[in-house]
Amino acid sequence: MSVALQNLVNQPYKHGFVTDIESEVAPKGLSEETIRLISSKKNEPEWLLEFRLNAYKKWLTMSEPDWQNVHYPKIDFQAISYYAAPKPKKKLASMDEVDPELLRTFEKLGVPMHERAALAGVAVDVIFDSVSVATTYKEKLAEVGIIFCSISEAVQEHPELVKKYLGSVVPVGDNFFAALNSAVFTDGSFCFIPKGVKCPMDLSTYFRINTEGSGQFERTLVIAEEEATVCYLEGCTAPQFDTNQLHAAVVELVALDNADIKYSTVQNWYAGDENGVGGIYNFVTKRGLAKGVNSRISWTQVETGSAITWKYPSCILRGDNSVGEFYSVAVTNHLQQADTGTKMIHLGKNTRSTIVSKGISAGRSNSSYRGLVRISPTADGARNYSQCDSMLIGDQSGAHTFPYIQVRNNSAKVEHEASTSKIGEDQLFYFAQRGIDAEEAVSMIINGFCKDVFQQLPMEFAVEATKLLSFKLEGSVG
Amino acid sequence: MINNNSKTILDVRGLCANIDSTKILKGIDITVKSGEIHAIMGLNGSGKSTFAKVLAGHSAYEVTAGSVQLNEQDLLTLSPEERALAGIFLAFQYPIEIPGVANSQFLRLAYNTVQTQRGKEELDPLEFDDFVREKMKLLDMNPDFLDRSVNEGFSGGEKKRNEILQMALLEPQLSILDETDSGLDIDALKIVANGVNQITNKDNATIIVTHYQRLLDYIVPDYVHVMQAGRIVKTGGKELAHELETRGYDWISSDNTANAGATV
Repeated sequence: MSVALQNLVNQPYKHGFVTDIESEVAPKGLSEETIRLISSKKNEPEWLLEFRLNAYKKWLTMSEPDWQNVHYPKIDFQAISYYAAPKPKKKLASMDEVDPELLRTFEKLGVPMHERAALAGVAVDVIFDSVSVATTYKEKLAEVGIIFCSISEAVQEHPELVKKYLGSVVPVGDNFFAALNSAVFTDGSFCFIPKGVKCPMDLSTYFRINTEGSGQFERTLVIAEEEATVCYLEGCTAPQFDTNQLHAAVVELVALDNADIKYSTVQNWYAGDENGVGGIYNFVTKRGLAKGVNSRISWTQVETGSAITWKYPSCILRGDNSVGEFYSVAVTNHLQQADTGTKMIHLGKNTRSTIVSKGISAGRSNSSYRGLVRISPTADGARNYSQCDSMLIGDQSGAHTFPYIQVRNNSAKVEHEASTSKIGEDQLFYFAQRGIDAEEAVSMIINGFCKDVFQQLPMEFAVEATKLLSFKLEGSVG
Repeated sequence: MINNNSKTILDVRGLCANIDSTKILKGIDITVKSGEIHAIMGLNGSGKSTFAKVLAGHSAYEVTAGSVQLNEQDLLTLSPEERALAGIFLAFQYPIEIPGVANSQFLRLAYNTVQTQRGKEELDPLEFDDFVREKMKLLDMNPDFLDRSVNEGFSGGEKKRNEILQMALLEPQLSILDETDSGLDIDALKIVANGVNQITNKDNATIIVTHYQRLLDYIVPDYVHVMQAGRIVKTGGKELAHELETRGYDWISSDNTANAGATV
């Protein structure tokens, strides 16, 4: 790897979250020793070390995928440091020290005051309020038997659950990046909803924001037992920065009989500048197993950040009558690239899936939808409806659709609709002629375009997402 | 109606405009006073729709010469939205569709933008709903239109009605109807014309750009102008429209060139 790229991979974010370099950092590179080091530092049981080593062995035999419609310089995996003890963020004394550009962003997005401080890394008392809020929630959840904690904590406190489900949806050797994650993941979230429990509130990673950062190889596991329901929110609309360029997360969801899991993501990692310098490579494996009868797994994502987004939140519909849903908005601007979509694997009888994908490309960016609908011979009466719409802004952006449909059962019904539209001079002129300026016009057109997806989000999230989109596309027209 | 004491709303002098360096408008002169209805007629390609878009400020056209004043204000230095707020309204020949955006939401945004400009109170969604429903009666529109996406899946006639509804809401000084009659059956034509007639008054003015005379049976113009090759070559009263209907456009060009003393 060139020195330039090496610098890029380890480049601190320019808005200045200086991490304390005194923390314990493992030597660069990936080896069995590194993995043993991670596992022992985290005081893990033997079976988890075996899990990691097994993943590592698989990873060594695999090669980095190259079929996706994105381009980036080759990553040198031996140049990455895979373990660092929790890195304390440098605390700023007051909001006055925060980069004005960042404050402007918060202002635009309408991020609440106390969150701004927390996100900007300011050491003020209000942050501790949010910690106590988190504690209150945790107690309330524990009353009904819900476990919501970091995955490291779960490994210590509930090893039998982690052992049973970890890797059960995304096997260690599933794909190159999932194997890497399985070998080196450092932290993430764990959520368990016991039989018959309807989670009384939306679970948000925000509640855990002040625990240690889960870093670049995040691992999330959500389990809903029989009749359980949960709504899980990941990420936030405020920009998130990280000194690590490569992110390879794995998320696994398991829904037993009649269980219902709704997983919503707003992703706004640093996207690089307008010349495509810097930005996060977000290579994520997300998959839900609708294991039980009548179970439902629903993914909603609003992807606006990262230099490269490469993810396919999928559903394996194994239980009879199970339902899979995927609602996605992916926005790219400047030189961002996104290759995202879903896989709906129909195995059970009368399984149903819905795919609604909205891609918006501005600047010189490229956005691709890639989706697989597979109806297996056992899936009698399966149905799928897919709708993939692309919107282009300006004349230098690209939109692509790659639908794969495999039907092996004659009783299946599969529908696919696609459209491409463009915000051009004529659209903006129409608004202007009614006295409405370009910024407001684009905002209205985009939000109309994304309506089917936004209405799947929790209310507050939807309002924030609406603002976020306008913000991301600011200045891309006119 | 013509009233010699009424004030001048629009004054165009020697207007020339290009698209992609092709000359389309080659020197237009026209004066429109309050209370007047002007019809601009002409064959396809004569420049009449271009004239409408140039007045509204479409960025695809470049004005190369001439002046345009709206209420004694230089219009050409204003952006399209400033022109709209100054009182210019263009009813589009091909209104755009905006999927996912409720018509009521769009209409209210446009209405409130103009209200704010005029220093008046904005209407909240409930107040606006009452207000817009009243206006919709003018055009015999079903209230369902408020909940549908802007122009999406509207028939040609529905789109045109939605344009005139906006004209009714925004109460412009000068309305320009660009081929509003195209794609309308006779019933829709009557409804649209009736709507326009109720909106026009002694304080505003209207320019109707059209190919055919039939709309002018229902909206009676004070002046009829004939455009040809980027110029107004003939101006007359409403009877000129009837003459065009029976004789076509050919006689004008020979007439005109004869008048101009050119040898053919």
